[in-house]
Amino acid sequence: MVKYILKRLGVAFLVALTVSMITFSLIYVSGDPAVALAGEAASNEEIEHIRKSYGYDRPIPVQYMDWLGRALQGDLGRSHYLKEDISHVILTRLPNTLILAGCAIAFALTLSIPLGVAAAIRPNSLIDRFALTLAVVGQALPSFWFALIMMFFLGIQLRWLPISRVETWQGFIMPAIALGYYVTPGVMRLTRAGMLEVLQSDYIRTAKAKGLRPLTVLFKHALRNAIIPVVSLAAVQFGFMLGGSIVIESIFAINGLGFLAWETIQRGDLPMMQAIVLVLSLFYILITFLADMLNAFLDPRIRVT
Amino acid sequence: MIRQIMKGLPIAAVALGISTGAALAGKANDTLTWVTDRESPVVDPYFNRTRELVIIGNTAWDGLLFRDLKSGDFVPNLAKSYKWVDNVTLDFELREGVKFHDGSSFGPEDVIYTVNFTTNKDNGVVTLKNTSWMKSVEKTGPMSIRIHLVKPFPAALAYLAQAVPILADGHYDKAPMTKDGKKDFGSVPPNGTGPYKITDIVPGEKIVMVRNDDYFDGSPKGKASIKNLVYRTIKEMNTQMAELLTGGVDWIWDVPKDQAEKLQASGQVDVVNAKTMRISYLAFDVDGSSNVKAFKDKRVREAFAYAINRESIVKNLVGEAAEVINTPCHPDQVACVQDVTGRSYDPEKAKALLKEAGAEGLEFDIYAYRQREFTEAVISDLAKVGVKAKLNFMQYRKLRGLAQNGVTPVHHMTWGSYSIPDASACAGVFFSGGKDDPANDPKVNELINKAGNVTDLAERKKLYKEAFQIISDNVYWLPMFTYAKNYAYNKDLSIETTSDEIPRFYTAKWK
Repeated sequence: MVKYILKRLGVAFLVALTVSMITFSLIYVSGDPAVALAGEAASNEEIEHIRKSYGYDRPIPVQYMDWLGRALQGDLGRSHYLKEDISHVILTRLPNTLILAGCAIAFALTLSIPLGVAAAIRPNSLIDRFALTLAVVGQALPSFWFALIMMFFLGIQLRWLPISRVETWQGFIMPAIALGYYVTPGVMRLTRAGMLEVLQSDYIRTAKAKGLRPLTVLFKHALRNAIIPVVSLAAVQFGFMLGGSIVIESIFAINGLGFLAWETIQRGDLPMMQAIVLVLSLFYILITFLADMLNAFLDPRIRVT
Repeated sequence: MIRQIMKGLPIAAVALGISTGAALAGKANDTLTWVTDRESPVVDPYFNRTRELVIIGNTAWDGLLFRDLKSGDFVPNLAKSYKWVDNVTLDFELREGVKFHDGSSFGPEDVIYTVNFTTNKDNGVVTLKNTSWMKSVEKTGPMSIRIHLVKPFPAALAYLAQAVPILADGHYDKAPMTKDGKKDFGSVPPNGTGPYKITDIVPGEKIVMVRNDDYFDGSPKGKASIKNLVYRTIKEMNTQMAELLTGGVDWIWDVPKDQAEKLQASGQVDVVNAKTMRISYLAFDVDGSSNVKAFKDKRVREAFAYAINRESIVKNLVGEAAEVINTPCHPDQVACVQDVTGRSYDPEKAKALLKEAGAEGLEFDIYAYRQREFTEAVISDLAKVGVKAKLNFMQYRKLRGLAQNGVTPVHHMTWGSYSIPDASACAGVFFSGGKDDPANDPKVNELINKAGNVTDLAERKKLYKEAFQIISDNVYWLPMFTYAKNYAYNKDLSIETTSDEIPRFYTAKWK
């Protein structure tokens, strides 16, 4: 098990390093960061001044190694645009993103697991058809479009929910649904498939034959086993939501990490972008790692392979 | 049944404690909330050059002068009077009784400090060109100063009115040190003399301003009427419009034409199309440095000028406040002459010129970064004369480098002149020689540079006209049109739109 953990940690480190290198290169490919920082009406002299001030005139590998060296010591540097310590900026904005992703995954699981279970208990019934429809619509519906539709009905027409403020908990309702709904189909279908398989297994038949109550069989024996892959998927989806909240945060003007990433790309604020990608990828790696550990703990065959 | 459910839903919502909450914007709260799509975290006009900061700079700070948009005159603001001593020396009498938001009094030392600090390259000011034309400033009396210019600079008054807000003496002394041992000038709390004072900054969310009730009498800006002014960042235009319709915000801009028409039709908000100082232009690879050599031939460039229906683009896409231009500057800019011999839409003539130049069926890449639909209209017009243009749409920061390095056969770009109302802020950038100049024509460069250093207006106009005629004759550039913006705002709000993209919120009133 220790060998397995070390192996996974090594892979996680390499993934983080590769992601940071790719991000660094992509920002240069997408344009001159000095021009972006200087703004549209900047003169050539002003752009050159910024290029020198921020060290953008140095070779790209030198800039990268400089950043990496400091990052490994825990210093993420200073934002060229925000003029603040990057770690402070990220710590300020991260809570909104974590709350949003947490609410979204909670919404997705609350909706999809009961529906998946219900659909498995009564295959080809009305509830199964409803669940299938929901899954198809969820997968086909772009989250930004769904967000705008909700905004129109719940925000403008009915005026029940704030459109873009997250100063109160109500402000998280629409963004969480928009972000979480996209994840719902996958979790629901996996729950349904897992339950269908488990419900037909021998030990469930034995449990029923022993005269256990149907609800006990369903939740204590069937769901407990069927949910294992769902937990892994949910963990991965949570990571996806942290990074994938860029669109939703932009639409609902949530001052989180996703919105910050969008702004940062446009400004060419290289150290900030590097830090955001690093933090998000570390989160993703951590969650995937935990999911791997959980799987390995639950299924000894994984540890062996 | 559905109706019953819909009727019951609001009650359920109340029971769950769900409500939109009281809107923070609007007449009832005496709070004008304006929104743009860009965050402005550094609230210092010398360390942030976003449009938002230009607006906030004009709201919370004052310059020595002020531009009266109706007359176009530069009138004293923090100055009481001014006069040109010669073409490189300006004298100012300063206004007495003006106070900064922190309560300190305004005086000559503040102007001297501002000029000395902002012209020092080591301080890292990002708006260097706004002040670099000043050589020095000296105190000439208890409330008077003299500014010495580096060389004759006719746009000096425009810059002093728009781009040189006055800071309090020693303002940046309070700047904290960063980890790398540099001073963080941009994070010093704002302290201006303007009609609004900044009271709260939440990066990425909002900047809160409160009316300066001690604002000095006699300012051409006048005292503000609305008590609170809040700037918010909302990236998505649909969200901005939704907030406007539900009273969450009071003022938005850059509304696309089709959306503006729908908003207007709804009757719930006021929508205005107003001109801006931004112009659109096509620049050609005149020296053949790109992979398409056809644009070295004047006839090909001329054919483009005949092929593109600029009037139609203005009418159908840009808005009624926009206009077609013939020279590389905005008609509202001082010394911007437009009466040069140009070319109007004539596709047959375009075809004939292309044939003559042997460029029938020409294929090339056109580069653009802003308002894709405008460039697509250009491509469509070119297709009608048999020219096939492939659109490369990208971010400004990428395109600027490609254009300067001569990679682009044709680029369709825009220029806002930093809202400086002087022709030199546009023509001087693109035709005085250098990386942004598509032709580097020595005669044009000489005329433009001279026009940028002469203070006599008639002489400047004469020089610009001569230069612009050469540019037009050779089609180094194809000036396209001025931009127009759609503004949408709360029906209770009375605010005038301005041609320089600097809304004067201090003049806004509730109806």
